[in-house]
Amino acid sequence: MSSARDDIFAGVRRSLGVIGFEAPRLDAVRNRLTSAPAGPVPARGKKPPAERIEVFVQEAERTHASVAHVASSVDAPIAAARFLLANNLPANLRMGSDERLSAMPWSEAALDIRVGPSAGDDLNAVSYAFAGVAETGTLALLSGSENPTTLNFLADTHIVLLHANDVVDDFESLWTRLRQRFGRGALPRAINMVTGPSRSGDVEQILLLGAHGPRRLHIILVGPD
Amino acid sequence: MNVRTTSPAFKSNAHVALEDGQLQRALANVEVRFVEGRAEAAKRLPEFESLRDAARDLKDHTLAHLDLYLESFERKVTESGGQVHFARTAEEACAAVLDICTARRARTVAKGKSMISEEIGLNETLEAAGLSVIETDLGEYIIQLRKEQPSHIIAPAVHLNRDDVEAEFRRHHRHLADERDLSQPVHLLAEARAVLRERFLSADVGLTGANFLIAETGSVVLVTNEGNGDLCQTLPKVQIVLASIEKVVPTLEDAATMLRVLARSATGQDMSAYTTISTGPRRPGDPDGPEEVHVVLLDNGRSAMLGTEFQDMLRCIRCGACMNHCPVYQAVGGHAYGWVYPGPMGAVLTPSLIGVDKGGHLPNASTFCGRCESVCPVRIPLPRLMRHWRERQFERRLTPATARFGLGFWGFFARRPALYRIATGMFSRALALAGARAGRFASLPLARDWTLYRDMPAPQGATFQSQWRAGARKVNGRNIR
Repeated sequence: MSSARDDIFAGVRRSLGVIGFEAPRLDAVRNRLTSAPAGPVPARGKKPPAERIEVFVQEAERTHASVAHVASSVDAPIAAARFLLANNLPANLRMGSDERLSAMPWSEAALDIRVGPSAGDDLNAVSYAFAGVAETGTLALLSGSENPTTLNFLADTHIVLLHANDVVDDFESLWTRLRQRFGRGALPRAINMVTGPSRSGDVEQILLLGAHGPRRLHIILVGPD
Repeated sequence: MNVRTTSPAFKSNAHVALEDGQLQRALANVEVRFVEGRAEAAKRLPEFESLRDAARDLKDHTLAHLDLYLESFERKVTESGGQVHFARTAEEACAAVLDICTARRARTVAKGKSMISEEIGLNETLEAAGLSVIETDLGEYIIQLRKEQPSHIIAPAVHLNRDDVEAEFRRHHRHLADERDLSQPVHLLAEARAVLRERFLSADVGLTGANFLIAETGSVVLVTNEGNGDLCQTLPKVQIVLASIEKVVPTLEDAATMLRVLARSATGQDMSAYTTISTGPRRPGDPDGPEEVHVVLLDNGRSAMLGTEFQDMLRCIRCGACMNHCPVYQAVGGHAYGWVYPGPMGAVLTPSLIGVDKGGHLPNASTFCGRCESVCPVRIPLPRLMRHWRERQFERRLTPATARFGLGFWGFFARRPALYRIATGMFSRALALAGARAGRFASLPLARDWTLYRDMPAPQGATFQSQWRAGARKVNGRNIR
């Protein structure tokens, strides 16, 4: 008996009227996979740095995320503490082992810090984003011990730090950065692209924030210095 | 086919739906959230129409090279430490999932929303084998409690109102206080979040669908708003992804093009809250994520659609825009269609997957108004494809005798223009005379189903054809020449 795999490939090729190793088809596929041509890229995010950050903030706020700016990373803990206080939340945060985070003066902001992935009982978490996409106000977060994936979804309030130099125009620019970091055709286990807090419209199509993921998404833009 | 089908009873299903006041109230939400939302999102993006062209073209390119892109995807998944399983049929796909679960002695499966799992009747298979299956998308969870099928491909509980959900939660969440307040949707959401959080953390297997598969990297792209799909693919030790073979796209760039049209067409968002690109299992040093990743690739009739007039349907990205904009769907809802996929996309896909003998009513449930095609992000010519099914049905003599007779009768005149003009002229004069007093007919022979819900206006003046010939065209009530 032939395997399901063989049958499916044979069926696809029969329907397409091909045998599978025709040179022009192989070339077309190889070219597309290596040159990876972009489709129409929205102009919305294609801006010089300062304006690009403005677009990012505008778009992120449209999705009900909140955004704060700090001039330098040493100010980020205070900004985080202020947000927690303003929302009547406890002064604690869970975070990963990202060196940019561990170098910050959290104790000066009177925040109780726990390090490592979440087991589902943390109210607040903080992550450092790999990039922000201006086009849609989207954050790109990478899996790994630096910023565990569970922090992106299990906490009630997610605070995300984003360096101003990491705000890129569009998704194509994000892919370029990923390829620079990981090489072509290779990616980290998970890239979470987060656009606003978790939401559901499943009851009468009314938009409600805080479904299974965070109810609040607070972005702290660091820099550009 | 595991899933029960009532598609052959579409007509009576539709009658029941039209009389159902509760359903009609719920369906009114479709226009507000989805139709207006999509229009807004499209207006805000000048590149939207060219993105639709690009999305169509890249899906066509991928389908024409599907075997090669699938090979690339499979190779890259294996390289990243995942495993690909191929399934020809619904039964094979169910068996593949069940085998993975039993080999790991799994007891509970947490599921993200997956239309493919509905198509193959996966929950029934897993439950029959003693597994506990929990749907985690809020809408899917609600209908799982009600033992219903989804009535919409992205909003499974769109047919329900808040009272229905409250009643269901009170019936099933017996461990919670009776006097708790569930009057507002926000209370319902908070309760579901708390109940399901426990289930996520204890599940052995997480199962989701996929919005796209990327051939370049062997990645799975999953789009959700609630974050439930991400918890399913992050927390349990074993991750299973269930996807059909046409979900593959070549590169990250191609995924970006598709993502730019997907959420805008579906919910009117620029991006859904969570778009996750996952590639293989946990890496050395990763503190979380699944230890095993399995991708089950389902054919179930799709390879046979390639190279036929229905190939265009394989471009579909399951956004739901066609049903949101469909006057028939808006009137009868998704359950009337009687199988997994409702609306115009369901009317084309259902006969392909379960046979035109069972699904033949669905392509007839259309006025061919063309709204579906005008909003489809990948420009599937849905009315044309529905017409192909009607032709096949007619050829196979599956069309009812009265309809065949009626078509033959009309065809006789339509092929003889002179006779047609005389006959329609006489007929409309007779109608005009008969209805002269009231100006309308409350009932007409042979059209009773139609006049049951509205009056037929009596014809006034000459027929369209004779007016056209006379060159008299009325614009805004004024005659022009």
